[in-house]
Amino acid sequence: MIRRVLGVGLTLAVLTAALAAPWLARHDPARTDFSQSLRPPGTHGHPLGTDQLGRDLLARVLHGARLALFIGGCTMVVTALVGGLLGLLTGWVEGWPSTVIMRLCDVQLSFPFILLAMTINVIVGLGLRNIIVSLSAAGWVVYARVVRGEALSVKQRDFVQAAAALGAGRARLLFRHVLPNVAPSIVVVASLQFSQFIVAEAAISFLGFGVQPPTPAWGSMLAESRDFLYVAWWLAAFPGAALALTALGVNLLGDWLRDTLDPRLRV
Amino acid sequence: MRRYVISRLAQTALVVFLALTVVFGLVRLSGDPVLLFMPTDIQAKDVDEFRQRLGFNDPLAVQYARFLGGAVRGDFGQSLRYQRDALGLVLERLPATLLLAGTAVALTLVVAIPLGVVSAVRRDTLLDHLGTLATVLGQAVPGFWLGLMLIYVFGVQLRWLPTGGTGGIAHLVMPATVLAAFFAARIARLTRSTVLEALGEDYVLTARAKGLRATGVIGKHALRNAAIPVVTLAGLEIGQLLGGAVITETIFAWPGLGRLTVQALLNRDFPVVLAAVFVTSATYTLINLVVDLAYGWLDPRVRVT
Repeated sequence: MIRRVLGVGLTLAVLTAALAAPWLARHDPARTDFSQSLRPPGTHGHPLGTDQLGRDLLARVLHGARLALFIGGCTMVVTALVGGLLGLLTGWVEGWPSTVIMRLCDVQLSFPFILLAMTINVIVGLGLRNIIVSLSAAGWVVYARVVRGEALSVKQRDFVQAAAALGAGRARLLFRHVLPNVAPSIVVVASLQFSQFIVAEAAISFLGFGVQPPTPAWGSMLAESRDFLYVAWWLAAFPGAALALTALGVNLLGDWLRDTLDPRLRV
Repeated sequence: MRRYVISRLAQTALVVFLALTVVFGLVRLSGDPVLLFMPTDIQAKDVDEFRQRLGFNDPLAVQYARFLGGAVRGDFGQSLRYQRDALGLVLERLPATLLLAGTAVALTLVVAIPLGVVSAVRRDTLLDHLGTLATVLGQAVPGFWLGLMLIYVFGVQLRWLPTGGTGGIAHLVMPATVLAAFFAARIARLTRSTVLEALGEDYVLTARAKGLRATGVIGKHALRNAAIPVVTLAGLEIGQLLGGAVITETIFAWPGLGRLTVQALLNRDFPVVLAAVFVTSATYTLINLVVDLAYGWLDPRVRVT
């Protein structure tokens, strides 16, 4: 119960912060002011302090929430669509194309997610759009696996056989009968993957790939903070805390969704 | 049994081969490989010489055949940055990563499994709630932030531990803790739920009824049956541990495979990237093979004949 409240509450808080960032923060996240550089939290006008260029940390953390949720959201939608569709099709039509796709999944799973996303990111190029592409290319596998497994069992069920006997077409069977029964798994996987995408994006940007400074991404803010760890702890503390709280909220929400929709699923 | 191991090894080889092919393809498809392979500060007049020397004027099929031929013999070419054999460079860094990952796994086993068991046995006590809180936090706090905060507290403020590099055991404490945190949280959580499940089974009731002491019931009956999903998860997560090592090694300047991979990617040193892909995926699939073989020992029902 506490967990559910905390999950929903934290997620809503982050969502609000992201949507209302321009109104909640009184400063422009990109505006530099060298007379105000490295001010500690509590400085007048800068509740969370300022960074080495005198940029307001609160504004940067809030705008970072926008970016994190945007990247996580886009990646979640793309992977759910691509992975879900591929899982549905490979579960429905058995044959060599399905085998090839599933082998490709095995290959991808033989490699750590973050390293894969990072390698793809270097090859396709850095920046906001390409980090979404990279995370999606690395992340669709889980959906494909889970959905395929579900589709394989759902298509054997009586109501699907009955619909087929009544003369329903392939597309109708797939999208009207199989998909609705597989959908809960997709939702659960999506909610559990969401925080992984956000944390992976931050980690990749932290290592110097992905979203580049001066864009206020939590990962690149933390990377910049390393040079000032001896003099300005707040630069490392707040963006990371924002990231951890977001991940915590979304994880708890995901756990709750799983327990409600699909308690058997272990991802 | 031998046939099973051989067929699994063949599958491992196939997976590694496909991984190399995919990365090779991606590198070649993503634009002019010469520009991609070159250090960014190279002079324009050197481009043609570079192209000729690395053999990029040949047809793609020839390049692929040459790459595979080299890879089979363990030759991934020269590192563009260090002017050294790429695979040798990677293998040189592997022991440091294995030491770090091994310490993290040991730390996980010592901390997470007892924590999970105690949480399950003392369900709904304060201890259980604290344990659950720790695992939920452990899963949410990103490793690289935990690393930065530990460096700040124990390295900068208290000066108890070195902030990075290698040396004695003191250098290993923070990186191994950071690497173990997420892993340990997942393992503790799963141990708790599988032990809870096992404690409700009839054979546990029987063992209790015949008067076995609690430690015997838990250690011999419940834990052994609870171990199977835990071992599965551990096998799957060890791959992610290798991924986590990439970040941990970078933060703590640990001279392992992960840090080398990041540097190779930043420098566009693709022979080293390909060699690292090879070593990482081979290590990962071999670990999973060992995990699958461990099932037979834990659970005679799945023992391969």
